[in-house]
Amino acid sequence: MTAAPEPGTVTAEMPGRAPARAAAPADLREQPPVGVRLEGLTRRYGGVLALDGFDLDIAGGEFLALLGPSGCGKTTALRAIAGFEVPDAGRVWFDRRDVTAVPPSRRDVGMVFQAYSLFPNMTVAENVAYGLRVRRRDKAERAGRAAELLELVGLADRGQRYPHQLSGGQQQRVALARALAVAPQVLLLDEPLSALDAQVRLQLRDEIRRIQLELGITTVFVTHDQAEALSVADRVGVMRAGRLEQVASPDDLYERPATAFVAGFVGTMNRIPAVLGDGDVEFLGVRREVLGAAPAAGPAFALVRPESLEVEADPRGAGRVVTRTFSGAVTRLTVALPDGVEVQADVPSAGSQGLTPGTAVTVTPAERPALVEPAEVTP
Amino acid sequence: MSATTTGLSTAAVAGAAGVEPETPARPARRGRGWWRWAVAAVLGLYFLVPLAASVWFTVRSRDGVSADVYAGIPTAEGFAENFGRSLALGALTVLLSLLLMVPTVVLVELRLPRLRPLVELLTLVPLLLPPIALVVGVRSVLAWAPEYFFGTPLAEAFFALQEPALPWILVLVYVVLALPFVYRALDAGVRGAQLRTLTEAARVLGASWPRVMLTVVLPVLRTSVLNAAFLTLALVLGEFTVANILGFETFPTWIVRISGSQPRLSVAVSVLSLLLTWALLLLISALDRRRREEDPA
Repeated sequence: MTAAPEPGTVTAEMPGRAPARAAAPADLREQPPVGVRLEGLTRRYGGVLALDGFDLDIAGGEFLALLGPSGCGKTTALRAIAGFEVPDAGRVWFDRRDVTAVPPSRRDVGMVFQAYSLFPNMTVAENVAYGLRVRRRDKAERAGRAAELLELVGLADRGQRYPHQLSGGQQQRVALARALAVAPQVLLLDEPLSALDAQVRLQLRDEIRRIQLELGITTVFVTHDQAEALSVADRVGVMRAGRLEQVASPDDLYERPATAFVAGFVGTMNRIPAVLGDGDVEFLGVRREVLGAAPAAGPAFALVRPESLEVEADPRGAGRVVTRTFSGAVTRLTVALPDGVEVQADVPSAGSQGLTPGTAVTVTPAERPALVEPAEVTP
Repeated sequence: MSATTTGLSTAAVAGAAGVEPETPARPARRGRGWWRWAVAAVLGLYFLVPLAASVWFTVRSRDGVSADVYAGIPTAEGFAENFGRSLALGALTVLLSLLLMVPTVVLVELRLPRLRPLVELLTLVPLLLPPIALVVGVRSVLAWAPEYFFGTPLAEAFFALQEPALPWILVLVYVVLALPFVYRALDAGVRGAQLRTLTEAARVLGASWPRVMLTVVLPVLRTSVLNAAFLTLALVLGEFTVANILGFETFPTWIVRISGSQPRLSVAVSVLSLLLTWALLLLISALDRRRREEDPA
């Protein structure tokens, strides 16, 4: 079932109807990618430390997502790259060029904002060509480039419309085309999908990734949506309180979270009471190797993903199924263990029909090293 | 198709019939609506009776009704000169007010939001301070300064400010008097627009601040700027106290001057200036309505 389009919108945004897109203009594709380095950035607003000695290296042509809860400083970091925030300390580098004191108008970056940012007094084509007009390119070149980029984002026939005649998703596409029109060294995306509905969001997310791959442009994408970050980025930086907790590929971030915060923030993580031994950890009645550096022996929590728990019906089992949520190939079970502990486990839907609420079960962690955290640091 | 249509119509009618006994909305609305017309009628009379009386005063004559006095306005002695002077003063006041206040309002919105209460308070001062107090202070300075600075360029500047053909001192005073209206009109526009995002989008595309102001901010604030401009113009075209006390002849002081010798002409000119002001305000309203229709967001 598809959602009804907004008045005046095209069906291009309707799920399953994405038209074939044009290739990116050649000069954009041939641009050498630029690396970005943030070095000890600190930014304070009154008593709030938005960035706390923030370091980050982004390779040329890389798509990096900054992920974190509200107020963690991810937008401040992005705005520091754009030049809208001047750091109290630290430096911003584009390759070997120190741009810390360079104003936004001379940084050569493209940016798509969270709020709709098209100039309401200009047509779509004029919006896209605005940066070229500023650069005093002639009219024919501006019109040609605007047409190419509107073709790239699938809005070739919307050039003479005004922003208010477009849907939200279309406006963000135009904003993307406008950002790319000036052939920027770095593309900055500040939660560009957050105002869109779910279907459009998914489609535009894939569109952004497709264009980024085609252009090979260095891209920084700020989001608080982990699914968005994990699905499009080459690497994801998880931020907390103005610092990077971990920067890694989506796979590594999920499978090998460096800290308990990352483990809890990315995906669902069970915290199961455990006892640390000498290089191993005992929980749910079994011993597993410790992933990474093992804390000192003693009480701890094992951090285990729902898909790393196996659940079997067992009349003598200590666990009881509390809820069962079917979601296609996988079914999520909530299992109550002794001592008031509840865990979530993902089991294949096929063959899990017997695991209904109230069923006695045993829960066993998969044969793989487990991440642990000392019990005393848990809130 | 016809069956479906019939079904829908029947359902709609049935639904309406079903609720009618419990919610007699239409008769009640009719019953409640009379006082609105009463209020409108009272207000209409309050404004229209003096206006109609003025018009009647200007058109009646021993021979019946005549519009001769209106036909004679353009050639009346002093009209073109004083009306032109007031228009020039109005245009300069509008220009100076906007040059001063548009950047101020944008700066407060984008960079200094914490100063907003202070700026609001400062722009209210001209309303709190009686114009008579302001003009007495200005007159004292104008009397004292040329003598004090005699022989210096500053004294020349003070003389130039009081040039009767185009008294710039009136422009400066009118800018102060118009501040409350100009600031509020612009501030309303700024608050309704996503100015921060729009200006940042333009900046990141390489635009300098002057270009951002000209190509993004002013078009976005178009209605507010027009609003501020017309309010200021209306204020200048009707301002009497300051011009009279400072001894300059403007359109309003000319109207008062001729009222003794040519009462019908003075009233006719007053009526026309009032209609002109109304026309300007209606024009703002129409422009604003068109903008809203173009951009429902």
